[in-house]
Amino acid sequence: MTTVEAPPAAARLLKGLDEVGRRHDLAAHQAVHGPLPLPDRRDRSFADRLIRAVADAGLSGRGGAGFPTAAKLEWIRRQRRRPVLAVNACEGEPASRKDHTLAAGAPHLVLDGAELVARAMGAAGVSVCIRRADQRAAGSLTAAVAEREASGLVSTEVAVRQPPEGYITGEESALTHWLDGGDARPTFRPNRPAVLRSHGRPTLVSNAETLAHVALIARHGPAWFRSVGTAEAPGTTLVTVSGAVRAPGVREITLGLGLDEVLAAAGAEAWGAVLLGGYGGTWLGPEARGTALSPTALAARGASLGAGVVVALGAGSCGLAETARLAAYMGEESAGQCGPCVFGLPAIAGDLRELAFGRPTGTTVERLWTRCAAVERRGACHHPDGVARMVRSALGAFADDLHRHLSAGPCPAAAAAPTVLAFPGPTGERPWR
Amino acid sequence: MSGRRLRVDPVACDAFGHCAELVPELVGLDEWGYPVVEDRACRPHEVGSAELAVKSCPRRALFMEAVAEPDSPPSRRAGGLRPPGSTATGGLRRVTQRR
Repeated sequence: MTTVEAPPAAARLLKGLDEVGRRHDLAAHQAVHGPLPLPDRRDRSFADRLIRAVADAGLSGRGGAGFPTAAKLEWIRRQRRRPVLAVNACEGEPASRKDHTLAAGAPHLVLDGAELVARAMGAAGVSVCIRRADQRAAGSLTAAVAEREASGLVSTEVAVRQPPEGYITGEESALTHWLDGGDARPTFRPNRPAVLRSHGRPTLVSNAETLAHVALIARHGPAWFRSVGTAEAPGTTLVTVSGAVRAPGVREITLGLGLDEVLAAAGAEAWGAVLLGGYGGTWLGPEARGTALSPTALAARGASLGAGVVVALGAGSCGLAETARLAAYMGEESAGQCGPCVFGLPAIAGDLRELAFGRPTGTTVERLWTRCAAVERRGACHHPDGVARMVRSALGAFADDLHRHLSAGPCPAAAAAPTVLAFPGPTGERPWR
Repeated sequence: MSGRRLRVDPVACDAFGHCAELVPELVGLDEWGYPVVEDRACRPHEVGSAELAVKSCPRRALFMEAVAEPDSPPSRRAGGLRPPGSTATGGLRRVTQRR
């Protein structure tokens, strides 16, 4: 995997947004990106052309799963009833800010993509979903929708909706269930691919960044999209870099860029490990520094770009302590529906607490491995799978720490370390509606 | 080869554990008492007890699912595009029976 020549900053989605706190209203948006090429109402070949362009561009979903966007559009289009579109900007990942950044700064880019997809699919409505606590992004989106209505840019009803807070409430089946009037908790889908439905309609859940890319592909074409990145992973993507870096924040990178280049651009110095993808992602040690951020290169290390989360851990931090806190948080964020998740994640967190802060033995490690296997693929959603993956990767990336803790008990860093990972406050008894 | 497989709805399941007693060859329990179902088609002699387990579950969390080898006619799609998840089924094409 070769790294492309492109510089770490490759502003496409973030074009014109270098100033912090800047927001593009409709006029500014059109000045930066140009007018949106919308189809004539009688244009029956528009859906074919849009899906073909997205397929040729090789766009994959930016919400975490990385599924090819064109295939998802084609799948929804083949459903009998007119679908609805859910724009997913919920971003339950605590270390991710990319969807917030887009919604707050470039809401029209996201809404352009939504409009194109809605027209192609003949959508009966669009729900733009943003976290309740994110009033700035919600206000930006609401104002943008009003501007578009006034300019006659919308073909169907567009509503800004705010599902409850939580790590899991933005998971696509949870979000769809909430839009359908139920709890924002994942639903069990025995046969995949499952068509999610709200109010009886097929529901296309699409990440905000994915739709923003669609808006640019429609303007500039698939060849332009592919002109940066790699053949296998074309284009740019948003990452949120945090932790032991001097300049944390959201950056747009060309896919295929090396992990160390991304970290260097954010001013990381000596990093001991990186959590990549999200809180259910993968810990990578310094041996992964040259790895290209592309699906194949990352898969070879058991990782994926996920939602674009990159958290650097300083060389002085204790990876086991961070992982223990992380697992405890993920256990608390379970939707509380599936036994293996409800009981398994706290048990895993307990083992990790013993490894990080107690007097662990080899039995603790063995039990932890067994429990990771015991929760995997046993939930209605992938929440427990992500935790199992993250914990296993930690045992690899922090193998040296593990040996020290097993022989000598908690390291000074574990006892004293401030938390590098950020966790939203305890939600306790949460509203799911 | 095609057959039927026992599956559990993890949201509905409340760890009564009747299934593990009725079909121990297919269902084990994890350390928290929740069923771990073998990831394979039922053998002919297991079908009867699997169906009994489905009927006996107090939470109606168990169901039978048809499994077919990938060689059986796949649904052909125009444009060569696959629906989400179609590549991630481990070679098994799953069709859930209507209940």
